[in-house]
Amino acid sequence: MKILIPSEQPNMNGEISPSFGRAPFFLVYDIEQKAEEFIKNTAADNRGGAGIAAAQLVIDSGAQVLIVPRLGENAAEILATSNIIIKKSVSPAIKDTIRAFVNNELANLTSTHAGFHGAH
Amino acid sequence: MKIAVLSGKGGTGKTFVAVNLASAIAKSIYLDCDVEEPNGHLFFTPQNIEKEEIKIKIPFVLSTLCDGSRKCVNFCRFNALAYVDRKLMVFEELCHSCGGCLLVCPNEAIKEKEKTIGVIQDGISEGVRVISGFLNPGEVSGIPIVKGIFDKIKADNEPVIVDCPPGSACMVMESIKEADYCLLVAEPTTFGVHNLAMVQELVKVFRKPFSIIINKVSDDKNPAKTYCLEQKLPIIAEITYQEEIGRISSDGLILVREKPDYELLFAQIYKSVLKELKR
Repeated sequence: MKILIPSEQPNMNGEISPSFGRAPFFLVYDIEQKAEEFIKNTAADNRGGAGIAAAQLVIDSGAQVLIVPRLGENAAEILATSNIIIKKSVSPAIKDTIRAFVNNELANLTSTHAGFHGAH
Repeated sequence: MKIAVLSGKGGTGKTFVAVNLASAIAKSIYLDCDVEEPNGHLFFTPQNIEKEEIKIKIPFVLSTLCDGSRKCVNFCRFNALAYVDRKLMVFEELCHSCGGCLLVCPNEAIKEKEKTIGVIQDGISEGVRVISGFLNPGEVSGIPIVKGIFDKIKADNEPVIVDCPPGSACMVMESIKEADYCLLVAEPTTFGVHNLAMVQELVKVFRKPFSIIINKVSDDKNPAKTYCLEQKLPIIAEITYQEEIGRISSDGLILVREKPDYELLFAQIYKSVLKELKR
């Protein structure tokens, strides 16, 4: 099973990015193979609609689970049309988050925010 | 003849100047282009209002024709489109109505529909025709409304006073594009100087003749005046801070309709502008 986590650095010892759409990297982690792959979030540099472009990237990555501290409503609307399960992270550390997910300790993300748009 | 009233920040007195200037001219047209927060109409309380809805074009998909090429998704720089689960999703609030998705679609699967983004009200307040634009909350851009406002006066010859949005961004540019003259309203503060410098740069880019009104002047320091003198910028008027002006304005009244001495002041400003334009 592949999970996807927005990350601040392309590094397993790094931290989860608090922003989904504007996270610098996405970690795609294969639980069974213990294989990591960091992909650059090309959506991050967009002036607007980063969450939408990032959600498209997540879907295209083939990940089955997305783990985030929070999520904007546009991204959530897109992800809702897929079968991707969205979990809420608790710790900022990537390694702790993967461990918590494997131990089935993470709850589903149930609320979204209206986004931080309009800064133009 | 069109005079645009603008300033680098909100609260300097753009609407105050624009409303009073329009009212001091026997027969004039007042345009409220501050479509995100139009408030000139609160002072004019115009009668015989005609309303016009302003619509923009938004794409929609004929899903049977869409083959998932994603050309539109990749083209849209505003990320208003996503392709998920073999369906194209449109995020209307992000669309800038450029029409590009229609052009790049190889299958003509995208069509356009109309979406109302706001309204223009056109009414009369004594000798002033009052035209105000109202952008619906959450819309990306008020530009189509500003364009719609100017379309309404194409055939008219009366003097026009344009109440611009604050700042120096796209909507201000759209509002001053057709102006013959710009009045920059500034506060006598250091912050006021910074914002005055911004709009002054803008009107220079547009090569508009301009002068400055310093509003809310007191006995205290006046960095805006110092700046104007240093930069050799023309000051057309200084309006002294008076509690009475604040009270009349907060009662929703128009100063020049209440106080004849101020009617003289604003009529004088208008005359000075005309004189400068003739030179």
